Amino acid sequence: MSPETPGQARVEMRAIRKVFPGVRALDDVDLRIFPGEVHALLGENGAGKSTLIKILTGALLRDGGEILLDGRPVDVRSTKEAQGLGISTVFQEVNLIPSMSVTQNLTLGKTGGRFGMISWRRARAEAQAKLSRLGVKIDIDQSLGSYSVAMQQLVAIARALDDETRVLVLDEPTASLDADETAALFGIIRDLKAKGIAIVFITHFLDQVYEISDRISVLRNGLLVGTGPTSEISRQQLIAMMLGRELGEVESAYAAHRKTGEGAEVLTARGLGRRRTLKPFDLTLRAGEAVGLAGLLGSGRTEVAKLLFGAIRSDSGVLSLEAGPVRHASPRRSIVAGMAFCPEDRKAEGLIGELSIRENIVMSMQAKGGWLRKIPRADQERIADEMIRALAIATPDAEKPVSQLSGGNQQKVVLARALASRPRIMLLDEPTRGIDVGAHAEIILLIRRLCDQGLALLVASSELDEVVAASDRVAVMRDREMIGEIASGAVTRDNIIRMIAGKDDGRG
Amino acid sequence: MTDVARLPRRRDRVARPGTHRALWPLLALAVILIVDGMISPNFFAIRIVEGRLFGNLIDILYRAVPTALVALGMAVVIGSKGVDLSVGSIIAISGAVIAWRIHAGDPHFVILLLALAASVVCGMWNGLLVAGIGIQPIVATLILMVSGRGVGMLINLLYGGTDPSFESALLQGLSTGHLWLIPTRLILGAVLFVALWLVIRRTALGLFIEAVGGNAAAANLAGVNARLVTFAAYVICGLMAGWAGVILTADTHTSDPVSVALYIELDAILAVVIGGGSLAGGRIYLGMTVIGALVIQALTTSILISGLPPEYNLIIKAVVVLFVLVLQSDNARTRIGQIVSGGRR
Repeated sequence: MSPETPGQARVEMRAIRKVFPGVRALDDVDLRIFPGEVHALLGENGAGKSTLIKILTGALLRDGGEILLDGRPVDVRSTKEAQGLGISTVFQEVNLIPSMSVTQNLTLGKTGGRFGMISWRRARAEAQAKLSRLGVKIDIDQSLGSYSVAMQQLVAIARALDDETRVLVLDEPTASLDADETAALFGIIRDLKAKGIAIVFITHFLDQVYEISDRISVLRNGLLVGTGPTSEISRQQLIAMMLGRELGEVESAYAAHRKTGEGAEVLTARGLGRRRTLKPFDLTLRAGEAVGLAGLLGSGRTEVAKLLFGAIRSDSGVLSLEAGPVRHASPRRSIVAGMAFCPEDRKAEGLIGELSIRENIVMSMQAKGGWLRKIPRADQERIADEMIRALAIATPDAEKPVSQLSGGNQQKVVLARALASRPRIMLLDEPTRGIDVGAHAEIILLIRRLCDQGLALLVASSELDEVVAASDRVAVMRDREMIGEIASGAVTRDNIIRMIAGKDDGRG
Repeated sequence: MTDVARLPRRRDRVARPGTHRALWPLLALAVILIVDGMISPNFFAIRIVEGRLFGNLIDILYRAVPTALVALGMAVVIGSKGVDLSVGSIIAISGAVIAWRIHAGDPHFVILLLALAASVVCGMWNGLLVAGIGIQPIVATLILMVSGRGVGMLINLLYGGTDPSFESALLQGLSTGHLWLIPTRLILGAVLFVALWLVIRRTALGLFIEAVGGNAAAANLAGVNARLVTFAAYVICGLMAGWAGVILTADTHTSDPVSVALYIELDAILAVVIGGGSLAGGRIYLGMTVIGALVIQALTTSILISGLPPEYNLIIKAVVVLFVLVLQSDNARTRIGQIVSGGRR
């Protein structure tokens, strides 16, 4: 009816809901994006950013809510329909084919010639036109792979854009770009913005958020926790929104439990690091103490845990356990030495989905004992049943394939596997990722109980309240560097946020 | 159980009540044998001739042994999410080693060990390429598949290569002889099966191989040495192929690297798949693999005794195999069930 009036949102997503088995991925999320604005969409892994974008671009179907495009309800059921409506996406991993020419990449699947034949003359003209829209001049007959990642990123954007584009979604477009390339990309984003295109910009670089975006929306655990103009949200507020979570009861229940560093040192890292991955850091773990590892997405939390475990090789520094310095660290050697690691990504790195709960639980224990001394079946069953009971894993029996469990129960199996190997040091990376609130509190309680039993723990987490609730001390990460440690007694949300935000916080 | 997700899972390997994964392959084997019984009335007769058992059933078992041995090794490699295309070449090489050392006059017991050692070396080579260097299994084993028969011919040239035939009481005894009425190769096959089963199921090696095949990254982080375990799988496969090489070479009294056990890798993969193994890795079914090998051999034998022209052999084999695999697929069974019940309505 009405043409675009100022104040009319280009895209309005209302009360969007999406449920995956065992997880509520999005719960009543509203998002409004206006023409000519750059809208930063922020949140940690698993917050629901990509689910929301996939629903907007037709890659996933929503379970509830509605989408309005220029005020009209639309039903986006496939990426092709989204394209037809003028909604284009550039995903983080460049979805192009390096071995093909720039022309082919720009026109693949879009060259509707006569009798299904491709008119290369027309394709080249079209490719030229697409690139000139971004002001990019390159040889379109070269293979795409011969250009830099930044240029490939621009080609991907050029492919996504056409004259009808009204909404452009950029998912982590700067993840693999250096400063100059990022600046060039931002120039192009500003041009597109001037043309009235609504741009959704997903990133985890806060500097870039403040440099390019007009408004910010933050998701956490499938909920929209805040939205507003970039100029009105301070860096501290933003970090608090991304990491916050009210877990008051658990926290207060264990606040009294705080201990000072009196246990024996069981792990010390001195100048441990790896080029391009993690700047050298010092860290000490003591028996009976939980050390939290806080920081934003991409700050190097996971890398610290993997480096200590030997899943990533260090190229500087020394790691010492009780027995002495560790040489040639590997996951197997670490486990034999009494360490255990629960990875963040359960599906990819944690569980062997086809194997049963029992087989998954005894895996590390068996690896520790060596392949020749197989744990007798009866013992395996006893251990598995004990763990299922101790951790309250919801399953009819231990022989169920682990892939059939819900997220929270899968996480408990990962913990059970680590515990069954009787470790003295446990490294937990996002122990409560993607699990519901009930299991969340249970796992925090479990962490505290393990500590009381004399285990040394490292808990890396994107949820600030979880870090506060679970740890005695907190090491804080920023930009792949351990920037400091918050001593026992001073562990509060505010202290952590202040340290992450750092001195360069000009706002708020 | 609201906690347990309810989506249907295609990769569900757990047998539902009433069906065991062994059901479909065993049913296929039974159907083939019953059809044989109808075609030829004396099919199931077993006689004793010259102090050993004779009959079609014995013949099927007898001929299935080499394929079954190769398939057992293949099942282990496939469980690690790999494949070994070079088993035919390994058979050729172990055969050539036998002929060569017999011409050199070595004791025959030593020759047996040398032939098996050669097959272990071949397995180590494959393991090195896959686990050490990280080449994709199909490509890595293609290298030995292509070159192995040439290596066999070169070994034959070591003694002139004019007459690769030989006589050996020990080796032929293992292959074509008999012990208390029973063909020795059946006993040998059974012993090797039990030995492999003990290694896979009575040590943790089987669990580790399945873990690596199911999710190598996760297995590694859980403390399993994924590379070493993968390497071991290829060595086991090489050794099993080596035993098949001993039996096949002694059977023909000659080393024929060009044509011995041609396409046996395909029959072996097929046997594993009929036995319920998935090329996606993650599970090893040793007993079922033997059933798979028997299905293939029973089919070949029945086509021969049915009097059909041999040209039909491969086509009928393909049709039956397709049928068995479709029956095994949960998806296809559901679909067929829907069509059938829809037709009744």
